[in-house]
Amino acid sequence: MDLLDWALLLGRVAVVFAGLLVTVMLLIWMERKVIADMQTRMGPMRAGPRGVLITLADGIKLFFKEGIVPAEADRPVYLIAPVIAMLPAFLAFAVIPFGTSVTLFGREVPFQLADPSIGILWVLAMASLGVYGIVLAGWSSGSNYPLLGAVRSSAQIISYEIGMSLALVAVLMYSGSLRLSEIVEAQARVWNVIPQFPAFVVYLIAGLAETNRPPFDLPEAESELVAGFHTEYSGIRFALFYLGEYVNTVTVASVAVTLFLGGWRGPAPDVLPWVWPLLWFLAKVLAVVYGYVWVRATLPRIRFDRLMAFGWKVLIPFGLVWVLLTGAIVVLPDVYGRGPVVAGAAVVFGALVLASVAAPLLRPRPAAEVGR
Amino acid sequence: MSADQVAFLVLAPISVGAGIAMLLQRNAVHAALLLVVNLVTVGIFYLMLAAPFLFAVQIIVYAGAIMVLFLFVIMLLGVDRAEPLEEPIRFQRTAAVLLGVGILAELVTAVRAGVGFRALGPAAFAETGADTAALARALFRSYVLPFEATSVLLIVAAVAAMVLARRRPAPATAEPEGVVDAEEAAPEEVGA
Repeated sequence: MDLLDWALLLGRVAVVFAGLLVTVMLLIWMERKVIADMQTRMGPMRAGPRGVLITLADGIKLFFKEGIVPAEADRPVYLIAPVIAMLPAFLAFAVIPFGTSVTLFGREVPFQLADPSIGILWVLAMASLGVYGIVLAGWSSGSNYPLLGAVRSSAQIISYEIGMSLALVAVLMYSGSLRLSEIVEAQARVWNVIPQFPAFVVYLIAGLAETNRPPFDLPEAESELVAGFHTEYSGIRFALFYLGEYVNTVTVASVAVTLFLGGWRGPAPDVLPWVWPLLWFLAKVLAVVYGYVWVRATLPRIRFDRLMAFGWKVLIPFGLVWVLLTGAIVVLPDVYGRGPVVAGAAVVFGALVLASVAAPLLRPRPAAEVGR
Repeated sequence: MSADQVAFLVLAPISVGAGIAMLLQRNAVHAALLLVVNLVTVGIFYLMLAAPFLFAVQIIVYAGAIMVLFLFVIMLLGVDRAEPLEEPIRFQRTAAVLLGVGILAELVTAVRAGVGFRALGPAAFAETGADTAALARALFRSYVLPFEATSVLLIVAAVAAMVLARRRPAPATAEPEGVVDAEEAAPEEVGA
């Protein structure tokens, strides 16, 4: 590696970082506008054309606000918690391939910061570190509402991480690689969302819980916990939490696009071949995020015990069964050949359909009905 | 100096320092955090030694799951104050010192003798193809029986812990009040 390589690397990091910041800025604006539209309001209109600069204005305001450290707070942990909350979200994005590559100064520059052989596991590792920011913020505030929010959050995130991992395991078994660029390659013919639709659903639900987005925003439920783990935070530190949460949303949506929706793939004309993948990726991420905003505008917040029950009793068993089925789909045709497996699957499926039709007929009728 | 060496020289003191500071720290949460720093830096060493899968496991399992559970318990039970320095078991401290010295001696001898890794550096790993796929082949082909046995063992242990920790169905009047402060809970209640 010579100086130019290092410069290109630094440049890529800077561009991705800045790009994420701008994306988050526009995303917050979009979310407010979309929700406003769904509630037949105007939403932010003043800063910039149609209020597009509202996030910038909010950010500047927060930056100049006084940052208060509560007297009861554990000072070092309190100060570092917002940074810990924000960092993993950015780091997780480093392995996402958001385009093909472009040739700059005679070097090929890929649109992906790093392509480690552990790909998906890197994303999972960063997701599992993300919970620290919330837990530490809640604990170090030295106040009860944040502590409750933090306890809820750690329970929620640990639980839904399992469901999310199961969805990812199914995809990586199907694609046969952990490397995200190879998973995108594997979707050249058909996007994973079709053969792996159950995993896609599990991933989207778990993603909502991982990012503390409504209807799973129990850690910061304002009707019961004031603002949950960040109640005591103000000024720029609060802004960091907010930023981390939205970067996380972008990352979760990007992983969904990469694993299930074909990544940067899409029909492209021959002009400027490196632009189209970027645009496709952006459009797909926007579509997923729009879905999340839609869910937020539609569904009420779920009660905490129901949230945990759903995670443990529905999502995880379902994910496990799907992993098992995926294993069967991947391995059995290699062992027994395609024909017998398809026939066997058809027989099992037919038996299930028959059973579901026949079960109500065979069930002994209630006593009252028998008497008639 | 290569980039790896620079990274090592920066991270090694942090790693060792966090380990030592963890031992000297009275506050349970701070100690747990310092341990997380130590675990993450060790994970980065794995990454530098061309073992990215170990890095992922280290972060996901140790830093991500086990330490979060530690913190969760510390916060939930409110044991984040300085503990009284009384020995709950007799001669515990003496036994701990003896065991510690023993393990240290063992480690020093093992490293000096170069058990198992004498001739292998990172380059050797790259040559033998010790990547994630090779690891998977070893785990799920060559050693699939021990691997599955271990997983069964873990599940049995988890179920056993759940059975042991399960509360007896209490009489309708004695409603537990959610988070119980460790100081307020009388020992016989905990044991019941």
